[in-house]
Amino acid sequence: MNEFVELWVFLASTPLFGLTATLVTYVVAQTFYARMRHAPWANPTLWSVLLIAGGLLLTGVAYPTYFSGAQFIHFLLGPAVVAMAWPLWLRRTELKAYWPRFVAAALVGGAASVISAVTLAWAFDLPSDVLLSLVPKSITAPVAMGVAEKIGGIPALAAVFAVLTGMVGSLSGRYLFDAMGLGFDRAGWMARGFALGTASHGIGAARATQVNADAGAYAGLALGLQVVLGSLLLPLIWRLVA
Amino acid sequence: MAALQGLAWLLGLQAVGELLARGLSLPFPGPVIGLLLLLLALRFTPVQSSVRGTAEFLLSHLSLLFVPVGVGVMTHLTLLADNGLQLAIVIVASTLIGLFATAWTLHRLMRGPLAQEDSAVKP
Repeated sequence: MNEFVELWVFLASTPLFGLTATLVTYVVAQTFYARMRHAPWANPTLWSVLLIAGGLLLTGVAYPTYFSGAQFIHFLLGPAVVAMAWPLWLRRTELKAYWPRFVAAALVGGAASVISAVTLAWAFDLPSDVLLSLVPKSITAPVAMGVAEKIGGIPALAAVFAVLTGMVGSLSGRYLFDAMGLGFDRAGWMARGFALGTASHGIGAARATQVNADAGAYAGLALGLQVVLGSLLLPLIWRLVA
Repeated sequence: MAALQGLAWLLGLQAVGELLARGLSLPFPGPVIGLLLLLLALRFTPVQSSVRGTAEFLLSHLSLLFVPVGVGVMTHLTLLADNGLQLAIVIVASTLIGLFATAWTLHRLMRGPLAQEDSAVKP
């Protein structure tokens, strides 16, 4: 028994542990998600996070120890943001023809998320660093962290809020869009995908891709636009306000 | 080999983006500048063919990349427990409002042009 504990302590302290735990848990969660025919509640990011965080808390492994391995996956978020140029490029003819409309929808949606979040947080009297960490939550996590740092929020908290926002959007999107009466024609899929990419960034876009290829493409487009617009405008607006 | 070339492009442009962001103290993150640079570079066919596979691979597994940061929730459990209900309301409500506002606006703006396109295709 003692030997087992010693072995566990050794394994848990190497970067191999965090990396393997993340990848294996995600592969299992993804398989389960496919089995459940991509039901919103079976979201693989949600279940991987819950299982890993629960496991770490139960076994007493500290987050920094886990992250020493998981950072190799986390690191890929940077190149993934650069890669978002690809879906924008694929849709360049549509983007050229309709860019004012896409930018307008991205601005309206982004502003609606930020203003409603800040107003509610202010009404609830949440601490100001928490409130500032909520501002970039509809931008994808790595960029949200950078923006939060610039405006005086807590980067780690901003990332957590961004991930939670992504999950809420992935879980609730379908029901909301159905209730709005959006159809399953081209205009319907466009609005569904674009909204998921705008209001719940990468996690929403991943969800859209799994449901419908067109919706996924527009989600990718919206994600790229939101990243560019949000990271350009939010710090500028904050500078004007503060 | 294309996969490695693609990764080299993505990392290279991210690095250039980070350098420009620091050097010129621009207000936006390095990867976003990398994204804009890649958008310009994609004019060239060799860049397209090397970036395509890597970009599609990374973006199709985007939900995995959020897991390490997401697990970080465990380090803020006290803060989340103290303001849990309020934070839940803020996040759920603002996300729903954002989804609704975006979908409604775009649907409104694009209904006309899309119908026109469809009638142009089928004379």
